[in-house]
Amino acid sequence: MSMAPMTDLMTADTSAADPMLPALARVRRRRRDGPDVWTLELEPEAPCGTDFAPGQFNMLTMFGIGEAAVSLSGDPAAPGRLVHTVRSVGPVSKALTRCAPGAMIGLRGPFGIGWPMAEAVGRDVVVVAGGLGLAPLRPVLYRLLAERDRYGEIVVLYGTRSPGDILFRRELEAWRRRLDIDIEVTVDHAIGDWRGEVGVVTRLIPRAAFDPLHAIALVCGPEVMMRFAIAALRDAGVAAEAIYLSMERNMKCAVGFCGHCQFGPVFVCRDGPVFRYDRVASLLRLKEI
Amino acid sequence: MQIEGLERIVREHPFFAGLKDEFSTLICGCAKNVRFEAGQYLFHEGEAADQFFLIRHGRVALEIASPGRGTMTFETLREGEIVGVSWLIPPYRWTYDAKALELTRAIAMDAACLRQKCEADHDLGYEMMKRFMPVLIERLQATRMQILDVYGAHD
Repeated sequence: MSMAPMTDLMTADTSAADPMLPALARVRRRRRDGPDVWTLELEPEAPCGTDFAPGQFNMLTMFGIGEAAVSLSGDPAAPGRLVHTVRSVGPVSKALTRCAPGAMIGLRGPFGIGWPMAEAVGRDVVVVAGGLGLAPLRPVLYRLLAERDRYGEIVVLYGTRSPGDILFRRELEAWRRRLDIDIEVTVDHAIGDWRGEVGVVTRLIPRAAFDPLHAIALVCGPEVMMRFAIAALRDAGVAAEAIYLSMERNMKCAVGFCGHCQFGPVFVCRDGPVFRYDRVASLLRLKEI
Repeated sequence: MQIEGLERIVREHPFFAGLKDEFSTLICGCAKNVRFEAGQYLFHEGEAADQFFLIRHGRVALEIASPGRGTMTFETLREGEIVGVSWLIPPYRWTYDAKALELTRAIAMDAACLRQKCEADHDLGYEMMKRFMPVLIERLQATRMQILDVYGAHD
């Protein structure tokens, strides 16, 4: 299978002299967004630019520990600050989530091809997020809401583990109060006084109000969840070429040199992380990669 | 007159969309209108699965109680959906509780009555199986995703 890079989409701004050299960034704010999830607001020390496209990622360095790829989760229109939402799972992410305001970390990026915002103009936009997968999609929501008139129906379907795991809860609640966006949240299970939906996120797709023939779907979450969500979107009548997903692999260099994130014939860091579904559909079925 | 109204409601419910007239007449002989206040249980775990419900309005939570952990909701159902598939397969016993989350109006189907009609008319039985199997498969797949705990720390 041959695959040309999606050059029509937003590409990484790697104009820095050496994309492998981290710049210094200071942690300005740290906010807890879930049991093991923290959102860091970073301010680069040098004026290296904070522009990014929704869906892109940075490599964050904890000096002496290591480096990790983390999606940008903030507002792409907000200047001067870079926002990342991190789950504490490995040595680097654990150290990142413990960074107090004022701490210095390393920063490379932004890297990768983001969500197809230009293709979404004039169409219904269906955002399907699972768990921490809402983080790389939050910049999309900021952009969609900032340019609300440019899009048709906006439907956000978000599933997570339990009510306590809901990411960006206050923001979701505020957006739900708007009359021009449809946000549905469901959890896999609930104990206590949760009054919302319980069930897997894919069940929300057939109920959602959008025109499948004129919709674009943006999907991000654990790969199993994405496969089920894509099947439900296809069953609802959304074309394969109108579905985009953000892939996660072990990214190291972030510029397509090292091959750690090779996914069949593509590198997730350079040719993704966002891919059009029909271009990677056959790869998703390969257990070996 | 009342039966005609009930038959119309059953035919208009999404679960029975497109049902042949002869079948809807047969089915409606086993149907009745029911209503549950918020917090009222439709049925409890361990009881005989002698009915199933077509939700017309409202929301229903499916729950399992676990000692020391409280009551866990694993699914919510709403207007247009059905509550209960255990009536179809022996031993015809509920394996969870079903609670109305808000005022819920539904059509209750007498399971023994319907099973008898399905035995007598296998075309009706096959029609019911064709309508219930997708629900069972969908719920099985959903359960699989829930068991996988895909949103856990490993994602």
